[in-house]
Amino acid sequence: MATTETHVPEQQRRWHNIRKLLERSGPFCHPDFEPSPDILDFLMESCKILVVGAGGLGCELLKDLALMGFKKNHIVDMDTIELSNLNRQFLFRKSDIGSSKAKCAVDFVNKRVPGCEAVAHHCAIQDLDEGFYRQFHIIVCGLDSIVARRWLNGMLMNLLQYNDDRSLDQSSVIPLVDGGTEGFKGNARVILPGLSACIECTLDLYPPQKTFPLCTIANTPRLPEHCIEYVKVIQWPKENPWGSSTPLDGDDPQHVGWVFEKAQERAMKHGITSVTYRLTQGVLKNIIPAVASTNAAIAATCATEVFKLASSCCTNMNNYMVLNMADGVYTYTFNAERKPDCVACSNTTRVLDVEPGAILMDIYEKLKEDTGFLMKNPGITTVINGRNKTLYMPSIKSIEERTRDNLKKKITDLGLYNGGEILVADITTPNTISIKLKFIENTDVEMSR
Amino acid sequence: MIKLFSLKQQKKDEEGSARAGGSQKKASAAQLRITKDLNELNLPKTCSTEFPDPDDLLNFKLIICPDEGFYRGGRFVFSFKVGPNYPHEPPKVKCETAVYHPNIDLEGNVCLNILREDWKPVLTVNSIVYGLQYLFLEPNPEDPLNKEAADELQSNRRLFEQHVQRAMRGGYVGASYFERCLK
Repeated sequence: MATTETHVPEQQRRWHNIRKLLERSGPFCHPDFEPSPDILDFLMESCKILVVGAGGLGCELLKDLALMGFKKNHIVDMDTIELSNLNRQFLFRKSDIGSSKAKCAVDFVNKRVPGCEAVAHHCAIQDLDEGFYRQFHIIVCGLDSIVARRWLNGMLMNLLQYNDDRSLDQSSVIPLVDGGTEGFKGNARVILPGLSACIECTLDLYPPQKTFPLCTIANTPRLPEHCIEYVKVIQWPKENPWGSSTPLDGDDPQHVGWVFEKAQERAMKHGITSVTYRLTQGVLKNIIPAVASTNAAIAATCATEVFKLASSCCTNMNNYMVLNMADGVYTYTFNAERKPDCVACSNTTRVLDVEPGAILMDIYEKLKEDTGFLMKNPGITTVINGRNKTLYMPSIKSIEERTRDNLKKKITDLGLYNGGEILVADITTPNTISIKLKFIENTDVEMSR
Repeated sequence: MIKLFSLKQQKKDEEGSARAGGSQKKASAAQLRITKDLNELNLPKTCSTEFPDPDDLLNFKLIICPDEGFYRGGRFVFSFKVGPNYPHEPPKVKCETAVYHPNIDLEGNVCLNILREDWKPVLTVNSIVYGLQYLFLEPNPEDPLNKEAADELQSNRRLFEQHVQRAMRGGYVGASYFERCLK
């Protein structure tokens, strides 16, 4: 009947293609995949995704995810929109300049994609706590900063729960899909915290920041960048044009203008040309030219991986993809391996039994004498209410002198508690390890000593 | 591979029921690494460290008192600032003592390759300590930061030595005044 065609609910036609993936089996499906209409229902109604960053990648990601059916997306970004964003961050318009990126992106997508209920968070990722991150099924990020990635990575490792036999409680794993671009190059990767290589495992893969030898920029500048670096590193702290407490701000046009002017003077002296305002800005802010098509390709890859993770309709990439479009188009996917002694993801937490009335000296002695540890010079620190505290560090004279008294104090008076963790550094372990204190109840009263 | 989909279902059921939270905040990777670096710091006898706040391992001072070379008898203080991106980025090191030295300028900037272009995450605070100590034993006029001092070291070693002495005793070298920094 010809009339039925128009009566097929819009809803059904809209997800027609996604249904083909979710309601049929195939040779590339995940071994545990069971085709079912429930999966789409899960993606749309329950699956919560966090997009970190609402910039070049974030705009693409939010749009991709919304169009794939994910309704419960959250997006976090602390930045506001600038004119120079508009060429590629397509959810923003000229009238949005100065507004929150996260909010504008969410408003746009919620209006444009029916049913989408995205939520914006206009703040730094560090302002959100464990409870916030724990609510998500998958986190996908498009960041331009290594510090932010490392922080997020640390947060997800923090959320992992381990069973008493030190095996990982898999329900505490929140997968992280990470994308990054730099000009015509990009990468996308899937991280299963505690199970596959994490940001910290592969920290050496990030290119080092471009720096120039100080003596070159001071005495034998050859490039316009040398002149700008000189003004930034040497002339600014010397002349303090805005007072000694004002650090150089690459976002402040007046600051950039000052640096530009001084750099030009210096360039002239050394017969260097082509110091431009744009280059000055680039050197000061470490700007990497962004290419819209690279962002689109990497975001699409990340969104696809999110879809695979959420639905199991296909096995995920394993686990690191590089894309290079600088000279033709090249991609390669390899298995980034875990570092067995990674400071972030190797669960080195060990358990130490202590009596509730113990003093710090008891722990110190135990670390040195217990056959499970046999440490030489353990330095003991901890974190109390988010603040680092040095409990005892024998190898550094000035700290030893000031923490020596702690040895005689009861551990409970030092802020330690049953289940609390201490951090111990010693030459016998490749990294600082964390040790969980387990208070033992002394039932038989043996007070004769 | 983990069974994520089944986990999601589980999680969905769990939603609303707040999980036992309030677990202890973990130290950052930078913090863990610097703790390790410092605990294993193996200082030569001419060096010592000072921590204004023993709970803050990210900001400290290194004091070098060379026992040979041009700078014998001097006492030089360096400030170390370890950032959140350590060890991907090197600590920021400044010389707080005014010194007449080819590789240290009057603002305290230090030209040591491993503090900038040749830094690698495998290097440690100890590597920097040795690098700084070496600067006092073998000032390098090839890569000058204080060009005047470097030229002098190359052309008139005797005069350079006299000027280093004068600066350490406290006094003027050229137009610059140096505070006394003898031990």
